[in-house]
Amino acid sequence: MQQLAMDRRVKAGGDDVGTMKPAPFEYHAPRQLKDAAELLARLPNAKLLAGGQSLVPMMNFRYVIVDHLIDLGGIDDLRGVAVVDGALRIGAMTRQRDLEFSPEVAKHCPLLAEALRHVGHRQTRNRGTIGGSLAHADPAAELPAVCAAYDATIHAVSVRGIRQIACREFYTGFMATALTADEMIAAIDLPIWRLGHGHGFHEFARRQGDFAIAGTAALLDLGADNVVRRAALTLFGVTTSPLRVEAAEARLVGKPLDAAAIRAAAAAAWLVEPISDIHAGGDYRRHLAQVLSARALNDAARRAGVEA
Amino acid sequence: MGKQATRVIVNGKSYARVVDARLTLADFLRHELNLTGTHLGCEHGVCGACTVLVDGRTARSCLMFAVQASGCKVTTVEGLAPDGQLSVLQQAFIDNHGLQCGFCTPGMLMTLTELLRDTPDPSEQEVREALTGNLCRCTGYAGIVAAALDAARRLRGAAAKPGAS
Ligand SMILES: Cc1cc2nc3c(=O)[nH]c(=O)nc-3n(C[C@@H](O)[C@H](O)[C@H](O)COP(=O)(O)OP(=O)(O)OC[C@H]3O[C@@H](n4cnc5c(N)ncnc54)[C@H](O)[C@@H]3O)c2cc1C
Ligand code: FES
Ligand code: FES
Repeated sequence: MQQLAMDRRVKAGGDDVGTMKPAPFEYHAPRQLKDAAELLARLPNAKLLAGGQSLVPMMNFRYVIVDHLIDLGGIDDLRGVAVVDGALRIGAMTRQRDLEFSPEVAKHCPLLAEALRHVGHRQTRNRGTIGGSLAHADPAAELPAVCAAYDATIHAVSVRGIRQIACREFYTGFMATALTADEMIAAIDLPIWRLGHGHGFHEFARRQGDFAIAGTAALLDLGADNVVRRAALTLFGVTTSPLRVEAAEARLVGKPLDAAAIRAAAAAAWLVEPISDIHAGGDYRRHLAQVLSARALNDAARRAGVEA
Repeated sequence: MGKQATRVIVNGKSYARVVDARLTLADFLRHELNLTGTHLGCEHGVCGACTVLVDGRTARSCLMFAVQASGCKVTTVEGLAPDGQLSVLQQAFIDNHGLQCGFCTPGMLMTLTELLRDTPDPSEQEVREALTGNLCRCTGYAGIVAAALDAARRLRGAAAKPGAS
């Protein structure tokens, strides 16, 4: 009986038995950025497809149902890494795994290289892109936090032209960005810090490759007598979007870097108002924010040449 | 709605099909090409059972659409033993109790094939890190890790003695 019912469904529904997780959509594969922008502006209920590592799971569950999918994978202009005007410019469709092993990234933005090792698994990094991660805006994602630490600039393209969005203005709330419906990320500029600066990155996740419960990214640049010239400390997974801990940075800049200064800066991470969810309560996140900030700052200090 | 032509080279053989755009690469391999060695555990990217090589790089075939693979070279677990002759890694899995029920095995093999190609002399830590994206509910991983390290040794030995098998 069951087999008969199955056979009937096969005939009636064609190849729709046990397969086809996502709802139907029309697939578009533009080769030029301007064609992608034009499609995004014109097509109703359309979405961009980058690496698919966040979008396709949501489509398979039918949390997300689109009428049009615009695959950015065929647009060569969206891939690559180059130094432009003192910044590392990264095309939105550059794969996370390519960035992980990029000599330019290792040399100019080592914090990004270190953070990438924590982004999912090798299989997801082979497909996942930097632009997709920034646009997806998961509060626990590593790459938005790195961009916040570097004060990145996001190049957003639409049929109306190109506009530059400062990272501080890019994240507007829980999984929300300043991109309008017809805009896409074309590239990200990470301003390059002076050679010899230090970086540190720590996160706490239940298993390697899981989204972090909390994490932190730090950059330190030291001048004569180990006085801190510049400092950046970012938390992720702690609030709804990546958070620069300005109070911590203020406690560091202009002062000699030592263990007490790092303790004082990390203590500022304790002042944030954390989110609470099924993975961890706010108090625990606040504790992690402080402990991980101290570890990241210590690593950054060591790499900048100071044993604090 | 949403029919699309795709031409994929799978294990060295070219296949041209017109498919629904929403057909995942995993379902394309299993249902269109009857290559059922690629397994589907979760279909949302967490288990790794569906791992295949796309242009030589591991990918979760449940998170790709068949149309995205158009023009790509895909290798599945069937491609590891084209003439029925097990690969060194596959033999090492048998010898080291690297599998029990076998459900996770195709994904494990594809991930480790990539690892051993790129990192011929991996540390145990590197093997374990590579396997974080593949879940196994049977073995406790110890046999899989041992198989990977054993295969790496055998492959290095074979490379050192050209002509020896
Ligand atoms: C098992 C697993 C573990 C993971 N672990 C982590 C982790 O630890 N940390 C982490 O950060 N991520 C993790 N991820 C998600 C990560 O792999 C994704 O790469 C990332 O979140 C999205 O990038 P993508 O290129 O895959 O984008 P997609 O999934 O293709 O797209 C994501 C969203 O961004 C939009 N988008 C994509 N590109 C653009 C663009 N250029 N302009 C505007 N909008 C765009 C899409 O429309 C979609 O809404 C994990 C995923 C899996 C499956
Ligand atoms: S079936 Fe693809 S990752 Fe689980
Ligand atoms: S052998 Fe059964 S899931 Fe791994």
